[in-house]
Parts: sequence; C-alpha cells; structure tokens
Amino acid sequence: MIDTFFHMALVLAMPPLLLGVIGKTKAAFAGRVGAPFLQPYYDLSRLMRKGVVLSDTTTWLFRAGPTVTLAATLFAALLVPLGKHPAPISFEGDMILFAYLFALGRFFTTVAALDTGSAFEGMGAAREVTFSCLAEPTLFFALITLTRLSGTMSLTPMLNHVTLPVWVAAGASLILMLAGLFVVLLAENSRIPFDDPNTHLELTMIHEVMVLDHSGPYFGCILYGAALKLYLLGALFVNIAVPFTGGNRFFDWGIFALSMLALAVAIGVVESVMARLRLIRVPQLLVAALILTAFSLVLVVR
Amino acid sequence: MAHYWTERLAMLFDMMRDPAFLVVTAMIVAGCSGLPGIFLRQAALGQLLATAGALCSSLLALPALISMLTAGESASFILDWNLPLGPCVISLDPLSLFFLIPIFLVFPAGSLYACGYWPAASRRGSVRSVTFFYGLLAAAMALVVVSRNGALFMIAWEIMALSGYFLLVAEHQDPEVRSAGTVYLIASHIGAAALLLLFSLLKGATGSLLFPAAGSLQVTAAGATLLFCAGLVGFGSKAGLMPLHVWLPSAHANAPSHVSALLSGVMLKMGIYGILRLLSFFPEHPLWWGALLVAAGLGSALAGICIASAQKDIKRLLAYSSIENLGIITAGIGIALIGQATANPRLAYLGMAGALFHVLNHGLFKPLLFFAAGSVMHATGTRDLDRMGGLAARMPWSTALSLCGAVAICGLPPFNGFASEMLLYLGFFGEALAPEPYLALGAPLLALTGGVALICFVKLFGIAFLGASRSEQAAHAHEAPATMLVPMVLVAGVSLLAGLFPQLFLALVDPVVQAAVPVSLGFPGLPIPPVWFTVSGGCLIALAAALFWFLRRRQSALPAGSGPTWGCGYLRPAASMQYTGSSFGDLFGALLSPLIRVRIRMREIAGMFPVVSRLSYAPEEALLCRVILPAGNVVGIAFSYLRRLQHGEVQIYILYIFVTLILLMLWVH
Repeated sequence: MIDTFFHMALVLAMPPLLLGVIGKTKAAFAGRVGAPFLQPYYDLSRLMRKGVVLSDTTTWLFRAGPTVTLAATLFAALLVPLGKHPAPISFEGDMILFAYLFALGRFFTTVAALDTGSAFEGMGAAREVTFSCLAEPTLFFALITLTRLSGTMSLTPMLNHVTLPVWVAAGASLILMLAGLFVVLLAENSRIPFDDPNTHLELTMIHEVMVLDHSGPYFGCILYGAALKLYLLGALFVNIAVPFTGGNRFFDWGIFALSMLALAVAIGVVESVMARLRLIRVPQLLVAALILTAFSLVLVVR
Repeated sequence: MAHYWTERLAMLFDMMRDPAFLVVTAMIVAGCSGLPGIFLRQAALGQLLATAGALCSSLLALPALISMLTAGESASFILDWNLPLGPCVISLDPLSLFFLIPIFLVFPAGSLYACGYWPAASRRGSVRSVTFFYGLLAAAMALVVVSRNGALFMIAWEIMALSGYFLLVAEHQDPEVRSAGTVYLIASHIGAAALLLLFSLLKGATGSLLFPAAGSLQVTAAGATLLFCAGLVGFGSKAGLMPLHVWLPSAHANAPSHVSALLSGVMLKMGIYGILRLLSFFPEHPLWWGALLVAAGLGSALAGICIASAQKDIKRLLAYSSIENLGIITAGIGIALIGQATANPRLAYLGMAGALFHVLNHGLFKPLLFFAAGSVMHATGTRDLDRMGGLAARMPWSTALSLCGAVAICGLPPFNGFASEMLLYLGFFGEALAPEPYLALGAPLLALTGGVALICFVKLFGIAFLGASRSEQAAHAHEAPATMLVPMVLVAGVSLLAGLFPQLFLALVDPVVQAAVPVSLGFPGLPIPPVWFTVSGGCLIALAAALFWFLRRRQSALPAGSGPTWGCGYLRPAASMQYTGSSFGDLFGALLSPLIRVRIRMREIAGMFPVVSRLSYAPEEALLCRVILPAGNVVGIAFSYLRRLQHGEVQIYILYIFVTLILLMLWVH
C-alpha cells in the first residue's frame, strides 16, 4: 500500500524535476548559472493559467492530441515498477501494453500536429513516426532478453529480477542492452543527438515543431506528458542499470530517486558534449541500437 | 385439408428452430437478395428489397451461427444432384461456422452502405448488376465455406471469383478498372488451376472428391508436400500472400468501396479458410510447414505495410494494408502449426487464437476503413490523398469513425486490433524461454510492422481529414448520408466492444482452435485475465475524457484567441504548402527503395521562357514493374500465337469440343 502511494507520488510529482536537472547540467557545462531546478514546475503552473490561442484550421482533434497522449502516458505509469518495488498494475503481457500506450500517444500527437495544416508540423510528425518506428524493435529485443533472463512476461518481475548475481552472470548482455535502451530513451524523448529541444529553427526539430501551435493548458499537458514519458523510459533504464537493494523500503525509494537524478545528469552531459546528428544519420544510429540489443539476446541464448 | 396445412406449418416451425436450417436459409436469402431487382422496373425498389434481404439473412444467420459455435454443434446435409462427382455434402462444423460470421457481418453492412453510396438514382446503369452480384458473392463465399465436396467447392469458388469480377468492373468505362479486372481474372484463375491440381491429387489419394475427415488423410510425405504446396499457391494467392498478391491492390482500389469492403474484409479470408481446411485433413504437419507459413506471413506483413506507407491512393493504401493483416493471420497459423508439431499447447493456442481473432477483427476494421474511404470519395470525387485535407470540419461523423478504424488497425488499445496482436505477441514472448528461441524474433518484426502501420494510418487519417483543403472539391465536401454512416457506426461499435471485452469474441474462437490444433486442449485459455483489457481500455477512455473536459473548462475560464496557424514568420501561407501524403511518407520511403520507388513524370523545361508544364508522380512497386509485368509481356507474346485458334467461328469451336471428347475417350480406353 505504502509502495503504491510512493509510486503515485513520485510518478506524478517528480518528472518535471528531471527536466530541471538536465537544464542545470547543461548550464553548468556552458558556464552559466542556469534556471532553478524547479523552473519546469513554474513553467507548468504559468501555462495552466495562460489563455489559449487556437488556429482556425484546427478541429477537436487538435485538442484531443495532448489529452489522449497524457492519458495513455499516465496509464503506462501504472505498469512500470520504480526501483525494486512492484508496479500498481502487473499482468502477463503488460510490457506490450506499455509499448503500445506510447504508440497510442504518438498517434494522437502526430494527428494533432497534422491538424494545424502547417508544413513544419507535418514535417515534424513524419520524422516522429519514422524514427519511433525504427526505435520500436529495439525496445522489443530488450524485452525479449529480459523475458529470457527472468523467465517471466510482465514488467514488474522482469525488471525486479535484474539483481547483482544476474549482472555477474549476464553482464555483457545487459551492458549491450542498456546501450540500446539509452539510445531509445534519447530518441523517444527527442533529446540530443536526435532532436534539440532548445533550438528555435523549426526545420531541424522533431518533437518541438509538432507542438508549435499548442498553447496554454494544452501545451502544459504536452510538456508534462513529455516529462512523464522521459521519466518512465528512464525508470525502465534505471531498473536494469541499478541492481542494488538496500533491504529497507525507504532506503530503496531513496536510491531510486537518486538514480533517476543521476540519469538526468547523464542525459545533460550527453546533450552538452554532443551535437545534433544530421537527419540522415538518425536511422543509422537507431539501427545500430537495434543490432546492439539483438546481440544482447544472442549473448543470453548461447 | 386444413389439417394437412397445419401439419406442414408445424413442421416448418420445427425446422426454423434448427439453427443449421436457419443458416442454410440465410445463405439462400443472401444469394437471391438481388434477384427481384433484375426484373423490377424501379431499380431503387430492387435495391431496397436487396438490402432488406441482406439484413434478414444476417438476422437469421448470426444468432444461429453464434449459438451453434458456442454449443459446439455441427450439422451436415446431403444434396441430391445428378452429377457423377460423388455425393454433394455441405456441412457446418466449427471452422465453417466461424468463417460464416464475417460474411454475415460485412454483407448486410455493405448492402445498407450501398443504398447511399451506389444509389439507384445516379447509378442507373450498374445498380442492378452490382446489387445482384453483391448478394451472389456473399452466398458463394458461404457455399465455399460449407461445401465438403471438391467439385462443389470449385463451383462455389468460381462463382465467388466471377461475381467478384463483375462487381469489380462496375465502372468499366474506365480503362484502369478494366485492366485491374483482367489482372484479377488471370490471377484468380492461376490460383484456381492450383486448386484443381490440389483436388485431383486429393481424389487420387482418397478415391473420392469428398473432403477427407479431419486428420484422416493417409499420404506419403512427398504427396503431402505436393498437396500443401498446391494449396498454398491456390489459397495463398486468394489471401494475397506476397509474392502472389499482384492482383490485389489494383482490384481493391478500383472496385466500388462497399465491394472493396467485402472483398478485403471477407473474400481474402476464404484463402485463410482454405489453408486451414486443407491442413485439417492431415493427421500431422511437418515442422517446416509451420516455419514456412510464419516466414511467408511475417515477410508479407512487413513488405505489405512498407509498400502501403508509400501509397498516395487512399484505397490502394488500404489494399496493401490488407496484405499486411493477412500476413499476420498466416504467421499466427504458422505459429500454431509449430506448436502442434512440437507439442507445445501454449504456442498452439496463442497462435491459432490470435490468427482467428484477427480474422474477425480485420473483418471489422477494414470494411470500416473502406466505407470511410468511400465516404471521402463520395464527398471529394478523388482517391488521391494529396488532393484531400480539411474534411474533418465538414464531415464530423466520417472523421470520428475513420479515427476509430485507424486506431483499431494500428493495433492500438482500446480497440480490437490490440487484443488479437497481444495474443500473437504473447506467443512470441513465450518462445523466448524455449531452448531455441528462434520464434521470439517474430516479436520485434511484429513491432516494426506495427510501427510502419502507424506511419500509414497517421498519414491516411491526418492527410485526408485534417489540415486545410488541398483542392476545390475537398473544400466543398459534404457529410455522407445516414445510410452510409449507420453501418460504419455499427462496425466501429463492434470493434470497440471486441477491444474492451475480447472474451466475448474468444468464446467464438475457442471451439475452432480446439478443432484445428488439438494440442491446445492442454492449455487453459487466455494467459491474461481478460478483465485487464476492459480495465486498461476503460481507464484510458475515462482518463482521456476527464482530461478533455478539464482542459475545456480551463480553456473557457481563460482569455482565448484564434488566428491562422503559425507560419514561422511567412506571411502568405497557402494550403498547397502543407505536407502532402507523399511528403509524409517520403522520409520512411527513402529507406525502402528496393521495394518501392516513386516515379516522377515531367515534361523537360525547354527554351528561355518556359511555358506551363505538367508533373505527375506515382509510387511503383518494384516487384510488379521490374519482374511480373515484363514476364507477363513475354507470356502475352507467346500466347498471341494461340489466339489463332480463337477466331470466332462457332462451328469450328464445336468441332474442337467433339475432337477433345473423342481424344479423351480414346485415352480412357
């Protein structure tokens, strides 16, 4: 019960903090002070109080985009275990629902982008669906490897199975899988080197360009949903990367929260030291990640 | 005398209580539904009668089918015919009953849709034949499914193929339609030739044209292989398995939309039925049959959807997506066969249940999407996605219903496509635990297929319905009439129902699974409590609705504004600047150049002051344009010599028949 409470509290409250930490890390690399850690929360609360400007071209689907995407992401949040604690909902095959909920979100985000009738947003939508489609098999290869390692077909037992002895036995495979998953994490959340969330040049963007016309509370929903998605895929990564348990429930929750912050720092570092890839290079990197996770499966099978 | 009639009436009522009799009656009603229209002077009345007949047949058949399937009943009838082809047996076993369901779901929906889409008032020339052959096609498909005699099967198969042809060429004034019809006819008869070979081989093995009972066919390994291959070519070409699919896209694109819905939603499944029926004859299936079906199915699914992603013709896109879905179904059957061969009940159950559930699901959302495409064509007069756009404001119902179809066909929750794909995924994931987890590789492939399907249907829905209108016709589109919307609402509703409560539909699937792969009896049923489908789908809908409502409230409480879409500083944005369907698919299409490429035709610019020029572009399938059409040309040249035999002089034709008969008699003695 108390675990469920912690789960809900973290999932609902913590995601924007990751964005704050990433921003601060990038600022530190650039030699700036940077916005406060809590800036994303201020942004969200400001957006919820701002008026809405709607394009004349749009229909109800434009407004349904952010809502369905956030609803799907929120439901997905109930399926991922955080740390070594069970998720509130767990059943055989929930990892497939997890992946498909993100696909549902993507469907509605891209549809809302096309609803504006803007060439830029159409371009962003085309890039989003294409790159995500190439990232999808990587996630499934990782899930198959985890299924094989743990002998179960549900996210909670699958991810809780990854402990120190498993790392000792199948470390090489797990490292390859983490490399693949990290690429998927960056690609799915539109981070550098796939997409630059800070750029103001519409031609080069993917996610940001799709949401150019959203404003006010709708844009707040999109920002929050994006942070939540980063948090969930990050939790998937952290659950594999950090196999320790302290024995104490509260201590474990602390470890998990700290690992998530460390992941945010890592993303900030990647964003600071790398440049955005040319668009034609993006599919190549995604396929490389796919092959890495495929190798991780081969290593487990041998 | 009165006593005699009451007795007769009582007998009739007794028979009416027999569900099998109801099903046969429904088949006859369906087949005759278009008949009055041919003789009636008012075509509109004929169409109305045909629709009433179609609805009646479905009301008769569906409850009977469901009750027979769930009760595990079966029935057979022997018709008295005076042909030397063995007894004419028709039989309703679980497999037949199951495949009758999509027929009696889509046929009445399509008939009702036709009242608005192909109205007698404006289609005076073709409405009679279209209505008649629509009913005949449904009845022929039903006869294919129930017949147990090779000869009767071939007769029904040919009636089905030919009524399909006559429906397809309804707009035969258009040369494109005629050529699509010819390709369909040739491909269909190549398939039929393979089936003739299959049935003659079967007759050689069993001594009769009657289908052998399940699991009773005793043949050598080589004989079994030959039978399987002949069946795979014959039935696989009907199911549109790659590379036997060449006829399918143009046929489904050029037929009237309610015909495409029936062809794609139901007739393709006749190929799947044939494969399943053929497999049921054999007591055991070699492992490589299953492996071949999985490879062919997944290959066809992936290649089909990749080619679909590059299409700009809305119905051609849907046709290629049918190839994908039929590929997924074939892969499921292959998985089940592997499960059967390796005595793995879990794999056998999940594969077969996933495949059959997908048969039902595809029979729901594909007709829905073809109906939606029909509404769009009705409104805009074009099939070209790049000339549509902005229909959502003028066609709110069609938009919402197509959205349902698009979400369902991408396999996204809470619709039914997700439920059946989930079963297949579970089958693949279970194999990850096997000592040799080759089959687990199917999961990423299926995921990739799903990802590409998302590209296709975001494109189809987003480009057709959203944004600004790209042409004059699209700007003046109008909503479809109620007769077209009602069937779409029904089909979409059943789709959502199957997604939220898959157990209702799995109850229909289970008896067939047990009959088709007996190993699966060892498996307790769905590994996930079905309530999770209801919970996740319900939560999703409730959560999204609550958020939508909350944001709406928030929006009305705050100052609001409106204006044109942000053009990034450009002052004169125009509808023609939007992303088109072709540009949307181009980024992914660039990765697919071996499969499909866009051919651009343009006039060279000449001189110092170029005048108005033309440019057209169309995606071309590499296999079709590089291999099959050139090969077809060579065959055409070879056959031109044979045409000398066909000179139009009837008396010589009769001579041919006489000579053939004499030769045959000589050969027999």
